[in-house]
Amino acid sequence: MLFTIAQFIKAAIIQGIPLLFGATGEIITEKSGNLNLGIPGIMYVGGISGIIGGYLYEHGNDNPVPILCILISLACSLMGSALMSLIYAFLTQTLKANQNVTGLALTTFGIGLGNFFGGSLLKFFGETGSISLLSTGLAYKKALPFADKLGLFGDTFLSFGFLAYLAIIIAIVSSLFLSRTRAGLNLRAIGENPATADAAGINITKYKYLSTIAGGMIAGLGGLYFVMDYTAGAWTNNGFGDRGWLAIAIVIFALWKPKSAIWSSFIFGGLYIICVYIPGLSSSAKEIIKMLPYLVTILVLIFISAKKKKEHQPPASLGLSYFREDR
Amino acid sequence: MSTPAIELKNITKTFGSITANKNICLTVNSGEILSLLGENGSGKTTLMNMLSGIYYPDAGQIFIDGKEAVIKSPKDAFDYKIGMIHQHFKLVDIFTAAENIVLGLKEDGKYNIKDVEKKVSEISARYGFDINPSKKIYEMSVSEKQTVEIIKVLYKGADILILDEPTAVLTPQETQKLFAVLRKMKEDGKAIVIITHKLHEVLDISDRVSVLRKGEYIGTLNTAETNEAELTEMMVGKKVSLDINRTEPENCEDRLTVQGLTCLNSDGVKVLDDISFTARSGEILGIAGIAGSGQKELLEAIAGLQKYDSGSIVYNDPKTGSAVNLKSKTPYQIKELGVRLSFVPEDRLGMGLVGNMDITDNMMLRSYRKGRGVFLKRSAPRELAKNIVKDLEVVTPGISTPVRRLSGGNVQKVLVGREISLSPTVLMTAYAVRGLDINSSYLIYNLLNSQKQKGVAVIFVGEDLDVLLELCDRILVLSSGTVSGIVDAKAATKEELGRLMTKNSKGGADNEQ
Repeated sequence: MLFTIAQFIKAAIIQGIPLLFGATGEIITEKSGNLNLGIPGIMYVGGISGIIGGYLYEHGNDNPVPILCILISLACSLMGSALMSLIYAFLTQTLKANQNVTGLALTTFGIGLGNFFGGSLLKFFGETGSISLLSTGLAYKKALPFADKLGLFGDTFLSFGFLAYLAIIIAIVSSLFLSRTRAGLNLRAIGENPATADAAGINITKYKYLSTIAGGMIAGLGGLYFVMDYTAGAWTNNGFGDRGWLAIAIVIFALWKPKSAIWSSFIFGGLYIICVYIPGLSSSAKEIIKMLPYLVTILVLIFISAKKKKEHQPPASLGLSYFREDR
Repeated sequence: MSTPAIELKNITKTFGSITANKNICLTVNSGEILSLLGENGSGKTTLMNMLSGIYYPDAGQIFIDGKEAVIKSPKDAFDYKIGMIHQHFKLVDIFTAAENIVLGLKEDGKYNIKDVEKKVSEISARYGFDINPSKKIYEMSVSEKQTVEIIKVLYKGADILILDEPTAVLTPQETQKLFAVLRKMKEDGKAIVIITHKLHEVLDISDRVSVLRKGEYIGTLNTAETNEAELTEMMVGKKVSLDINRTEPENCEDRLTVQGLTCLNSDGVKVLDDISFTARSGEILGIAGIAGSGQKELLEAIAGLQKYDSGSIVYNDPKTGSAVNLKSKTPYQIKELGVRLSFVPEDRLGMGLVGNMDITDNMMLRSYRKGRGVFLKRSAPRELAKNIVKDLEVVTPGISTPVRRLSGGNVQKVLVGREISLSPTVLMTAYAVRGLDINSSYLIYNLLNSQKQKGVAVIFVGEDLDVLLELCDRILVLSSGTVSGIVDAKAATKEELGRLMTKNSKGGADNEQ
């Protein structure tokens, strides 16, 4: 029994890590007032860019060096998701396009891009079969050296690849950034009341661009974790599924706080796979249980809307373009 | 006297064809409080916005401490140690006072909100502010928010403070507190400009007073050597003849009777306080008052858009002779009662028309319930649109042009045309000629006059006293939500109106916190 619970916790954490990256990235973005619904697509692109980078390196080398496997795919992933968020920032900030439409378009585009390269990358190089980056996958999956010496505890909490810990560190650093730094204060002010921030001499365009791109890069790491660690370097089309939307749901569930996003992600990760751990479920019952995270999010939305506590509301100018008033 | 802190020389600023400021010269010394006095639209705020970096003058020079200054942005203004406290506060609601104060500053050293709070407390103690630096803005009263705004500019080290109508939102007690703080700042050597139109405050707080009228500089007086009457005359100026036709009211009957109307806003402040008057058919009733004295709320209460707390609005039906109580009726219910009420609101493209729809569709906003089944009847509104374009000489490429693409005057013609087409018995207009050129303005005056001759009770909310005096038959003057007088427009003078508009000094005495 204890072993099953430990297995479940471990699985919940593994499921939660991509969600945590996505949620932290989206929180950083939303704090600037940009509602980036392109996050699911950006996470796909983060995954496939990492795969492309890893593939180009691994298949040109007979003896790939693990650290280079990681660095190259990591850099490619970050570049891919940065480019995607740059598109979003340019469209919504410079061209003042509607944020929802832009975000949804980017998601459709990102998923398509991921599936396109996932399905045809090998063909470009005259190979057949499906993408499987063994060396890179192994490099990412390498657990902490002392994990296997700590028995069940080590297996449950310390057996993950480095990206899992990075996710938690980024969430904590983001939380400190937002609450303890001048830049964080300025960023939050922009999301709440851009006119006031503007009058205070804050460069709104710069902050919105930077936070959107940084947020996208963080979210993209979620896609990278999924393809490199979770599936160990293999790509399956649509394999990432609807995790991007779950990440956006977590933003609401965590009330726009990166620290709360950590445990929220693990709860959502757990809810996502709990059906596997309940014996004797029919397949339709499993699908209903998979719906739980979304149901919980709706309940949270109802709850915070009814309670009207100011601190629990989304950034006041979320989703709105800012035009400087010139009467 | 030493070099003045601010010296403005021949400042001119135009917006399109409108001259907001014309050759204005002004000086402010350190350690003095200057009142900038003028009616709405006299250019007070525009002038001060050029000091705070929001606008840049078209011509003229600004000297700060004797040196010529170029102020192109709010940041430049900070560099010259100028701080302006606007009427609309720029604060982030969910931040604390200290967080708002430090927002956007590039101070040296580690960011620590506790240090900021300490510094804020020091400033508060020095000038006698009463503020808790870790209190959230959304938990604050209006006067506390204003305090945060003032500390914000002091924290940045401002030596020149400009306050735009700071007392408009305060109770008399809060006003006295503010004045005490301002006097301390003055002793501290700060130069202070306070924009206001309340005469008694001018006399109370300022050392000197400069008067603007319609964008022009009228003069500067030492407060100790002047009085209300002299200032009023400088503010409103001599009467200008406009040659608006005014016919004698005929067959006047009481059409709309307002009794004891009282209305609180969301902060619990009385925006309308015991308003009583009668609008009569065949007569134009003018409503004068400083902006924000309750004009908007009054018209909206009559139109069924604004809930009121006590009092009654009764409509006397000319057909049946019966009296209809309009209390807590929606605009649709009012219409269903057979009350033919037309309303030309101040916010033409917000409340009056839909900017993205064409003229025909905008006509249908008043007739969308007509037609068979689910289908609309478009032919009648289209005819109406064509007639309005023709009769009122609306300049438009066609009736299918979105109204937001029309100029202000043409938008107003479309709106007034639609409202008049309903053959109303009561016609309410708010600032009907604001932003219109001379020809369009006269066209509107003539339309209103012809409605009057048809026996409509016209209510005309206006800001230009000359127009009110020549167009209206009677003028009701609002002051801080109360009726300070109802005068005969033919006998009244501008000075009289000016006095009535600024007469009520109680501000919001009934709404203690």
